[in-house]
Amino acid sequence: MSPLPAYERPLIIRHESGLMNKFSRVQSMRPMTHLDGVAVAELMETYGSPLFVFSEKTLVERYRELRDVFSLRYPKVRIAWSYKTNYLDSIARVFHKEGAWAEVVSMFEWEKARNLGVPAEQIHFNGPYKPKAVLDEVLPAGTIIHIDHFDELAVAERVAVEKGIRPKVAIRINLTADGTPQWSRFGFNLENGQAHDAVMRILTGDRLELTGLHCHLGTFILDPDAYRQSATKMVDFANRLRQEQGITLSFIDVGGGFASHNTLKAQYLPGDQATPSFSRYAEAISDALGKLNYPPREMPTLVLETGRALVDDAGYLIATVQANKRLPDGRRALIVDAGVNVLFTSFWYKHDVVPAQEFRGVFEPTILYGPLCMNIDVVRDTLLFPPLNVGDQIVFRTVGAYNVTQWMQFITYRPAVVLISQNGQHAAIRKREDLEIVRGPEQMAPWL
Amino acid sequence: MDGHNKLRDLAVSDSGFVFDPYTGSTFSVNLTGLTILRGLKEGHGREDIVGELQTGFAAGDADYHRDLDEFVGQLRNQGLLPLDFSVER
Ligand SMILES: Cc1ncc(COP(=O)(O)O)c(C=O)c1O
Repeated sequence: MSPLPAYERPLIIRHESGLMNKFSRVQSMRPMTHLDGVAVAELMETYGSPLFVFSEKTLVERYRELRDVFSLRYPKVRIAWSYKTNYLDSIARVFHKEGAWAEVVSMFEWEKARNLGVPAEQIHFNGPYKPKAVLDEVLPAGTIIHIDHFDELAVAERVAVEKGIRPKVAIRINLTADGTPQWSRFGFNLENGQAHDAVMRILTGDRLELTGLHCHLGTFILDPDAYRQSATKMVDFANRLRQEQGITLSFIDVGGGFASHNTLKAQYLPGDQATPSFSRYAEAISDALGKLNYPPREMPTLVLETGRALVDDAGYLIATVQANKRLPDGRRALIVDAGVNVLFTSFWYKHDVVPAQEFRGVFEPTILYGPLCMNIDVVRDTLLFPPLNVGDQIVFRTVGAYNVTQWMQFITYRPAVVLISQNGQHAAIRKREDLEIVRGPEQMAPWL
Repeated sequence: MDGHNKLRDLAVSDSGFVFDPYTGSTFSVNLTGLTILRGLKEGHGREDIVGELQTGFAAGDADYHRDLDEFVGQLRNQGLLPLDFSVER
């Protein structure tokens, strides 16, 4: 005889159209029993819970889609993989195999890219912190730095003199585009003439070769028109530099920032409805590039540093239900074994999460808590969710960006990361931490 | 319209989907709620329904009478029972 169902307090919930949007769309919730054809149960058995899983198929598909929709509209396109978004070796290699250059913001990321075999000349180096020791190494190697401020410019010139080289550099500029917060702390401001001053300074110093302009507007920018504005301003600036100073740029870099299929906490429509396609971004940017006053053979390369929109869709986090709880306000709570230490992006997103096995029963407002003994450990604000049992799995989708770089070793070990190949093989690309790994860098004070 | 009539006309599926033909509203009900709703539709009294909850589910430390009254309150709030309805002793 099958065991009796567990007693739950009786409950009836009216279906309201508004509720669907507020918490998620109940009708469309389907269990996700397999990832790229591999059973969640098999992955759990092999690698344990919680577990990050990446789909190589999705990584490659997203990359090719981005490349193709831009190449269709503009002939010279380069994608530089934004390391901070996900710098696991295997993930970065998938993109490099597709032809991606690297975009880095620290010596650690530069070393990681070099270690993967990326030529130094195929690395764009961003960020406000590039100390002399870093420039001493990366400039002679041929890496393209995007200069952030006048102090860095002076150091780069000094390195050029000391090493007897003429490094290729870009300047990072910031500008206003409607609907985006201005990231004015990075680079030289365009509107107040600072960017022009930086160019004049480079020309007068005559130690550096200005080859590009860079502008990263911000991240998760839902309005393609913001790129139309930023690219237009960069194009106007490039035309002016060519006309006035005879500078021919070899690239214009519009940074990253395309939205992934996630849903920001403040967003009403879910990401799969609100997020623009790559084509819409491509249209906006290529329209602007069409106004370049360059002879066809000298057109600069368009550089994209797309991060989250390439990798987010390819990442999943499987977690296991540890307990069911009823909160005083009547909401159901689930405690799962992955917290904000692992799913850092819970602070930004209403994550798309579904059960990993068939379910039945009433959808109820449910909040998902992680295992940490911390009030902030909420991995999903209230959503309508079916009842689950202890030991059931859930799958968080679209979590490939920033989590496996910004996660923290806090209270517990970080989970393993698995890659599923395009033909359904799977392998751990990062092992689960254990005491030895975490204790590794520690040393007992000699007097204790 | 008396409460029993309206209850009788509610369409209730095994999966806990409830349709109110008078208003077109739909509801979801969980298994314990389904047990109570079925009992009420068939005119069962309080002790019968509590008995069905006790035998139909893995024992918890539930207060079945309180839960039954609370659920009847939910049905009243949703307009599925008249405001003066209560389960007979
Ligand atoms: C300079 C630069 N390029 C690219 C990126 C990647 O951005 P995203 O993941 O939003 O595409 C970032 C992220 O902040 C960045 O700072």
